[in-house]
Amino acid sequence: MKVLLNGEPFATDAKNLDELCARLGFAEAKIATAVNGSFVAAASRETTPLTDADEIEIVAPRQGG
Amino acid sequence: MLTLYGAQLTSRLLLGTAHYSSPECLRLAVEASGAEIVTVSLRRESARARTGQGFWGLIEELGCRVLPNTAGCRTAKEAIATAKMARELFGTTWIKLEVIANDDTLQPDLFGLVEAATVLTEEGFEVLPYTTEDLSAAERLVAAGCAVLMPWAAPIGSARGLINKTALKTLRAYFPDIPLIIDAGIGTPSHAAEAMEMGYDAVLLNTAVAKAGDPVKMAEAFAKAVAAGRLAFEAGLIEPRDMASPSTPVAGTPFFKIDHAS
Repeated sequence: MKVLLNGEPFATDAKNLDELCARLGFAEAKIATAVNGSFVAAASRETTPLTDADEIEIVAPRQGG
Repeated sequence: MLTLYGAQLTSRLLLGTAHYSSPECLRLAVEASGAEIVTVSLRRESARARTGQGFWGLIEELGCRVLPNTAGCRTAKEAIATAKMARELFGTTWIKLEVIANDDTLQPDLFGLVEAATVLTEEGFEVLPYTTEDLSAAERLVAAGCAVLMPWAAPIGSARGLINKTALKTLRAYFPDIPLIIDAGIGTPSHAAEAMEMGYDAVLLNTAVAKAGDPVKMAEAFAKAVAAGRLAFEAGLIEPRDMASPSTPVAGTPFFKIDHAS
């Protein structure tokens, strides 16, 4: 399936959000996630299935004013 | 002592973490500023660069309380989702709520701001809204549950100082018991001192320090200006007047004579 990962087209067969994060090397990383504009808590990633054309955001701490 | 959502703070200067030339420069500037709260943000993380992971390590070393922002959000929905990601990421219910209306002025979308503040407060956030000096928006934000307000001095990064002092004075007078923090548009330590002399509770700034020739020295200058401004407010400023008033006693002035001829 093809999803939009952080605004870029991305091909994956990860069954859920947790699996996608792990495959990207984020299993232990300081990240937060959203799917289709809504926040998905870390504890809910495993029960969040991915479907074609999902828009996924994976964010991390960054400098800010 | 400044109290924000139950947190007692000694410093009345809040510092942003963006635009520094190096992590070391940021660390030294925060140290020199004496700030106990630093603002942070969240951005898309690349699986390759993993930029955020290193930055988080630096923030933890600073030992400051973090105030995450929702910078760049254009709608209440985006800001709400971003705030929830920030709460999980940074482990704080505090959020510097930004809903931006215009790319050139970066002015707050007051309607979206009130909408997002209402939802987030209901969901247990402690919202510090980046707003304008508008009194009606401030009233709505307080009604929505905001216990702190952060009006701008001028557009973000503009270094213009307190553009609308009259309205900022009104806001201060109207909300004597709500902590008011001047956020954005401060360019010089004298701007910060002026805000503090007006009775504002604190100042939040970033660019004026980060982009200074010597950010560490400028951080110290701002710390002193904020402290001096607060001290002056507590001491009670005299009122300006149109005509001169001699400071040296008039009585006993040598060579003084009353003109008896007239």
